[in-house]
Amino acid sequence: MRRGARLAAPLIPAAAALGASFGVLARTAHFDATAAVLMSATTFAGSAQVAAVSVLGAGGGVVAAVTAALLLNARYAPIGISVAHAFRGHIARRFAESQLVVDESWALAGGGTPRFDRPVLLGVGTTLWFAWVGGTAVGALLGQAIGDPSAFGLDGAFAALFTALLATQLRERRAVAAACGGAAIAALLTPFAPPGVPIIAATAAVLVGWRRL
Amino acid sequence: MSAPWAAVIAVGAGTVVLKAVGPVGVSGRRLPARVNDLLTMVAPAILAALVVSEAFASGRSLVLDARVAGLAAGVIAILVRAPLWVVVIVGAAATALVRLLS
Repeated sequence: MRRGARLAAPLIPAAAALGASFGVLARTAHFDATAAVLMSATTFAGSAQVAAVSVLGAGGGVVAAVTAALLLNARYAPIGISVAHAFRGHIARRFAESQLVVDESWALAGGGTPRFDRPVLLGVGTTLWFAWVGGTAVGALLGQAIGDPSAFGLDGAFAALFTALLATQLRERRAVAAACGGAAIAALLTPFAPPGVPIIAATAAVLVGWRRL
Repeated sequence: MSAPWAAVIAVGAGTVVLKAVGPVGVSGRRLPARVNDLLTMVAPAILAALVVSEAFASGRSLVLDARVAGLAAGVIAILVRAPLWVVVIVGAAATALVRLLS
């Protein structure tokens, strides 16, 4: 576990910064500081949290916001299954430890390779959880001090942030195709569907990859 | 219950379950490769849709406003490998600046 904490050290600033960004941006969808911090502590998945805030902020309903966020986190099902064999012991213990699975902890622990190291995953996950929740608290308090979010251009920060999160996902050509498809679907549907729905419909873009397999 | 709190609880509960499915439920079994690939392809599709929506959507119309400057500035920051917090601040600052000037 200690090795995991050491491996996670260089990622602490990024996790805290993303947490702080989420905390500030949550203000644009009228989250109070407690709600933002609680969401970080339980959901512990950056893009899904910002997505929920984004959909609510754009005037989408709760169902649309929750669906978009959970679709973003759908990848945690296969990620968790890919390392399930390494989790042993009582069900409560496996449950608690499974919550420390995030993209970074999975990757640093060698997820997807035969040499997956569960203690490293736990070390990285725990370290990033504290950075994430702490960053969110700072950001949320800062956000409450801001009067009008649009005067600070916070609405313009979302697109930049999502682009940065997207860039980390584009390792394969199929992912690029899915991203292009998702963007096209969102643009085409925006005039015809309520806010939030085009985001959910963008999921259909994965079928582009499906056909080519 | 207010919309933010409903979202906090539902997204939190749903994500906890998604993360636990593997380690708690199946041990040693794997999803078919196709399903696996499909599920990991969902995130890029949705993130790209969110970029479009945040940069260009206003209710049900597509518009060009100050947020495009935020996106452009953010992309430049990403291309020069700036850290994430710089990308966010640059995006917000460019949007605020263009809004102030127009």
